[in-house]
Amino acid sequence: MRPPHLGLLLFCVLLGLAVGTGVFTFGYAKGASYLTNDPAACANCHVMEAHFASWVKSSHSAVAVCNDCHTPHDLVGKYLTKASNGFWHSFAFTTGDFPDPIRIKDHNRAVTEEACRYCHADVTAAITAGSHLVGTGETSADEAEGWAVACTRCHRTVGHWVR
Amino acid sequence: MAEPVPPAERDDRPDRGWRRWRWPLLVGVVALATVGLLALLTNIMERQREGLDPFYRVVALTDTTVDPAVWGQNFPLQYDLYRRTVDMTRTRYGGSEALPRRPTGEDPRDTVSVSRLDEDPRLREFWAGYAFVEDFREERGHAYMLSDQVFTRRQVVAQQPGTCLNCHASTYVAYLRAGNGDLMEGFARVNQMPYQEAVRLVDHPVACIDCHDPETMRLRVTRPAFMEGIRALKAGQGVEDYDVNRDATRQEMRTYVCGQCHVEYYFAGTEKRLTYPWDRGLTADSILAYYEANGHNDWTHQVSGGGVLKAQHPEFEMFNQGIHARSGVACADCHMPYIRQGAMKVSDHWVRSPLLNVSNACQTCHPWDEAELTARVHTIQDRTYQLRNLAIDASLALARAINAAAQADAGNPRLEAARRHHRRAQFLADFVEAENSMGFHADQEAARVLGLSLNEARLGHLALFGDLVQATASALPAPPQAVTPPPRNGTR
Repeated sequence: MRPPHLGLLLFCVLLGLAVGTGVFTFGYAKGASYLTNDPAACANCHVMEAHFASWVKSSHSAVAVCNDCHTPHDLVGKYLTKASNGFWHSFAFTTGDFPDPIRIKDHNRAVTEEACRYCHADVTAAITAGSHLVGTGETSADEAEGWAVACTRCHRTVGHWVR
Repeated sequence: MAEPVPPAERDDRPDRGWRRWRWPLLVGVVALATVGLLALLTNIMERQREGLDPFYRVVALTDTTVDPAVWGQNFPLQYDLYRRTVDMTRTRYGGSEALPRRPTGEDPRDTVSVSRLDEDPRLREFWAGYAFVEDFREERGHAYMLSDQVFTRRQVVAQQPGTCLNCHASTYVAYLRAGNGDLMEGFARVNQMPYQEAVRLVDHPVACIDCHDPETMRLRVTRPAFMEGIRALKAGQGVEDYDVNRDATRQEMRTYVCGQCHVEYYFAGTEKRLTYPWDRGLTADSILAYYEANGHNDWTHQVSGGGVLKAQHPEFEMFNQGIHARSGVACADCHMPYIRQGAMKVSDHWVRSPLLNVSNACQTCHPWDEAELTARVHTIQDRTYQLRNLAIDASLALARAINAAAQADAGNPRLEAARRHHRRAQFLADFVEAENSMGFHADQEAARVLGLSLNEARLGHLALFGDLVQATASALPAPPQAVTPPPRNGTR
């Protein structure tokens, strides 16, 4: 038998270390909790404590949890969004490279806007059907997303007060 | 068993370069991923560790611990931020930059801030006859409050009382000692000392103990003048027996501890008791009405020849007329916003202009970019500055007209009414000039006060030159109802 290749051996040892570290970190960081719908999981990180506390007191806490507004309503989209946010949040918090107060990114804002319209469709359909609302030029960010108007521009505090 | 490959054959493989590097490359990639995972793991562990013990009690703090460095042993994050008030940064209408200065025997400071009198020379005539024309500079950070008062030229040209120290040093323990444990008694005693004697009782600029209870860290008011002032204000609003340390909410205290000093005041009577003139309300005209009733004068104006008033720094009063106060926002929300340090959320004890900290101070509530928010503030300030200039010009023009009329005929019966109007115009213009926000704390209120000032200057000219009957008929219009937001509990 040919002796195992030295490179392959080193790679296997290292891969094992990486997987082991990954599994341990996943467990230590309560990674499994992020697969659930429990809002407390989102407040695992201190940065979310204020958002969580104000969500508890908000008008929406009786009808919606974090995932209802911050992940898409299809299964694939939901876990893709969770995976993407999970990676980038870990990256940002580890490097310390994030703005404070934290700000929502365009993709996640779009997810939230869609969530508003998912539940309140009978109201929002009537609003967006009105062509007079298109191109008011009020906010270029919303228009870039293809919206004449965004729910959260005015109803910013229904989910939680803190930005 | 594999046949050994002849060396010459191996050398001829076209992909040999890639094959040689693929293992080291893969090992490198996995190693990097492991480093990333470990970094994440240790970061989470650090944050969880920080979250476990919000603070360590290293030393015991008592009601006589003045030195902020001792408090800093228990609260290093807050203490580090507190020490940063030494920084000198300019904003458009305030702040300070460090101007180098050659230290002398009587004034060892090696930096000072810019002279407001050089910035706007009209102020020398505006305050003619008062110590402020000797030396008046941009206010620096809290760290400089004591030394800037000890070494100002105003100390040389006038004998100041110990009262001044109330807001330029950590006086809480000094009052307790001077009164043998009785705060009010000590306050009264220190007020009556000459400044040079009283200053020996203090060692620090405003410190932790001036706003915090050493046992619980709860905010508390330690200045007798504020306790008495707010009690009188509340009594005027129908609230009897108001005790600020018993009755105020936490959110109100986050404004009241600042209001211990950032206020309009005067020294009442020969005992020089520090008094906040709030019996009739907090607006500029309510305060003016208070002074009209008790006849207090700060000095005799050198140009007009009449008794006039110096407005101090009525930030608390002005802020209370604005939309932020109306919305339940406290001083500390913008001047000491919450910041995150690791897992800890602390109030930023680096007290400074929100314009130097737009992200934490404004953007927590206002979802616009920094340039837009700064532009909005500057719009308010530029407009207020223009009105302020008009009001100061009008007040000075009236003072000069009175001066000329008095030179021509000292017995002119119109002088008295004209001087009364000048006194009002002067105080109302100075109220906005002395207030440190250039109108931002309450923009429409600042414009209203300057409008009142301009009107008094107009009435003063009428009193001097116009129809006597028409001019004397005018009285100061009744101040509007005091605007005080309903008390609110909880955080933002």
